[in-house]
Amino acid sequence: MTALAYRIDRSSRASRIGSSVLIGLGLILATVPQFFVATVVQQLTSLFIFVILAVMWNALAGYGGLVSVGQQAFIGFGAYGTVFLAQRDVPPYLAVLLAAGASAVLAAVLAPLVLRLRGGPFAVGTWVVAETLALLVVLDHSLGGGTGVSLRGLNVFRPDERRAYTYWLALAFLVLLLGAVFVLLRGRTGAGLQAIRDDQEAAASLGVRVWPLKAGLYVLAGFGGGAAGALILANTLFIEPRSIFGVQWTAYMLFMVLVGGIGTFEGPLLGALLFFGVQYLFADYDAWYLIGLGLTAGAFALFLPRGLWSLVPVRLLPVGYHLRRDGPGVF
Amino acid sequence: MTVFPGDTVFPGDTVLDGEHLHKRYGRLHVLDDVGFTAADGEAIGIVGPNGAGKTTLLNVLAGSVTPDSGTVRLDGADVTRSGPQIRCRRGVGRAHQIPRPFGGMTVLENVLVGATYGAGLRHREAHRHSIEVLRRCELLDLANRRADTLGLLHRKRLEMARAVATRPRVLLLDEIGAGLTDAEAAELVATIRELNAGGVTVVWIEHIVHVLLQVVNRLICMDAGRVIADGEPSAVLSDAVVVDAYLGKARS
Ligand SMILES: Nc1ncnc2c1ncn2[C@@H]1O[C@H](COP(=O)(O)OP(=O)(O)O)[C@@H](O)[C@H]1O
Ligand SMILES: [Mg+2]
Repeated sequence: MTALAYRIDRSSRASRIGSSVLIGLGLILATVPQFFVATVVQQLTSLFIFVILAVMWNALAGYGGLVSVGQQAFIGFGAYGTVFLAQRDVPPYLAVLLAAGASAVLAAVLAPLVLRLRGGPFAVGTWVVAETLALLVVLDHSLGGGTGVSLRGLNVFRPDERRAYTYWLALAFLVLLLGAVFVLLRGRTGAGLQAIRDDQEAAASLGVRVWPLKAGLYVLAGFGGGAAGALILANTLFIEPRSIFGVQWTAYMLFMVLVGGIGTFEGPLLGALLFFGVQYLFADYDAWYLIGLGLTAGAFALFLPRGLWSLVPVRLLPVGYHLRRDGPGVF
Repeated sequence: MTVFPGDTVFPGDTVLDGEHLHKRYGRLHVLDDVGFTAADGEAIGIVGPNGAGKTTLLNVLAGSVTPDSGTVRLDGADVTRSGPQIRCRRGVGRAHQIPRPFGGMTVLENVLVGATYGAGLRHREAHRHSIEVLRRCELLDLANRRADTLGLLHRKRLEMARAVATRPRVLLLDEIGAGLTDAEAAELVATIRELNAGGVTVVWIEHIVHVLLQVVNRLICMDAGRVIADGEPSAVLSDAVVVDAYLGKARS
């Protein structure tokens, strides 16, 4: 008997094409503000923000098993952090960056508390944190209290300039965060996180450092949420505590991730695109709209638990592992 | 060390040991002053009726359960308070009685977790090692399957493969042979003997004594939270207390 040779492939032709297409797309998107009208730029900016939210929630819940319903804590904190800094004469775009960083710090502070909880109690705990933060903001009159607050300081730019800068900043955050998730999944951390998601005790018994991995992921998601919140503010220039800290963000993220494909790299991108369309068509229907989103997400969770992307037999990015037998004719 | 024919092979240094271990669940005294020593290269079997505390002892040795009192040492160093992830990286591998596969990952990815975290291997080394472990545990053909699609036999193989992938010096196996056919059990015995011959200390809880005896050179019998016999397998099995506690109950 001859020993058969095996090897493990990370990439395939599809993933090589897929990564090139994604990089190309990023480069093309970077030129949009030069060629398109203001509304397109602004709409694409909000699409990028949705993609950031979906990618972060998928990393947290889909890969790490940390099903948070309170990521709006970081969205709101990022937005209000930007306002707070801008009120103290920090240049607004710098304030956006600093507020995203501050959200990561907030997540690091909260991690020892909320990560003690798991499953349902974790979900409830994250939501309580978000509501508490919202309450604190409402009570603070210097931040506009319950009526909301505008971002000042961006009027030094012409409106089209401002939209272009915000757009590029959103695109830069998106690329950065997608890159971060890619690096996480490409390395052993991807397998470690999924192991924790599926069985935390078993993961520990195989040597996985559970606590630093979970905390690291939670901090990354906090950073992403804060960045999204700060960008929402920069894009719309006005925020109001009840909506920026609102649980509807979680409904959006659930919809995007569950419909697109939880626990896949590509799913949330697809889900965010779909959500963007849905938002465009139905956003005026208010409460029914949220209920519809929830029902659709629920239906997917029940009947197509790995989302639409599970119907596509292709992986666009080389983050998986595939065992192959070497030699001719075995592909 | 040179071994002359007829000499007794001295067991190596103590790798893993526990002393005066106690564990209570409510009023149940599950471990009652248990002592345990595994020397380098030994193959130790643990038998005893259901509820004797065998799994709990393994939990305490692996670090997934902290004893109420007593000490666990790895290479002589106190590890009573260190978690399973630390003990695993320092050489304690563990397979659970009820397999706990990572259902959302492939068989290969399950094994890679052990190779990259437990054994600390990187990139191609981790890949090569994982392929070798899959081959040894006869899982190559299922490598790309999601673990939640596996049947019991393959779940058991995966449970052991993952533990082996961590490159353990001590391998703790909990009823890994239960429910297997004779042919499957024979394959398992061959795999474990091969590991033991390669220097891995084996601690194996199993009810099927005749299978166990093909591997172990020492047998421990537990009953009601206590070690009631420990020594050469045939001596332990003929011990009156063991016959009474274990075989008596097994027959009833
Ligand atoms: N986490 C736990 N909580 C309560 N009781 C437990 C727990 N784990 C084990 N036990 C009890 O401890 C006893 C010993 O269990 P175990 O160590 O699994 O025995 P064995 O593996 O020898 O069958 C059993 O009566 C079992 O019900
Ligand atoms: Mg047991």
